[in-house]
Amino acid sequence: MAVKLEIPTALRQFAGKQASVEFNAATVGDALKQLTGIYADLRKHLYTDDGRIRSFVNIYVNDEDIRYLQKENTPIKDGDTISIVPSIAGGANL
Amino acid sequence: MLIVNKEIAQAIRGHGARDYPNETCGAMLGLDRAEGREVRTLFPLTNRRDDSPRNRFSITAEDFRAAERAAKDQGLDLVGWYHSHPDHPAKPSEYDREHAWPWYSYVIVSVASGEPRDMTSWLLSEDRSHFEPEEIASLMSAPPGTAHR
Repeated sequence: MAVKLEIPTALRQFAGKQASVEFNAATVGDALKQLTGIYADLRKHLYTDDGRIRSFVNIYVNDEDIRYLQKENTPIKDGDTISIVPSIAGGANL
Repeated sequence: MLIVNKEIAQAIRGHGARDYPNETCGAMLGLDRAEGREVRTLFPLTNRRDDSPRNRFSITAEDFRAAERAAKDQGLDLVGWYHSHPDHPAKPSEYDREHAWPWYSYVIVSVASGEPRDMTSWLLSEDRSHFEPEEIASLMSAPPGTAHR
């Protein structure tokens, strides 16, 4: 299925400065795998060392957070848009 | 280099003081120019860490999108984030590093006993291993490399 994957500004430097890319993918996980396969430098910003999507990386299919769908197994339909939306977190060492 | 005028710097400090003893947070909207990254306005946000606001802050995806829309509406970019460290130095923690995004400027203001002190800015390294200090240039003409007061 043809899907558009939108790249947040913070990561465009690692994706050829593109705001979006297009893939044929069956699931969200498949699309992300293709993305990080082409743009390997994205991987460390999207995934932990043990291969899980980082907690502050939110993945939406159209307007739905994949956490409330089937996570990386969420199926893709033709014309869907996957968005990578940051959460921002931090704090002092205490 | 991060370019912050006196009013913006005072607004960040003021937000930190008002939210003390909790951490404050917000977005910085501006433009990247040849001479540096200019912060034009702030988009103050609510710290969503209800469980541990004293030493943690959180900006949700919804708040991120709101800040992004505000930037777009004003013809600006979302260039970074500010937060405070109550009774703690204006230096990024390991927790800050673990949760940081590349490209954004991260401004930290130290708030000691309710009074804003040092203000610094940082950029995450490309390999995520550390933060690089980012010079803050302002109308107050602080010497290069000096923590902004």
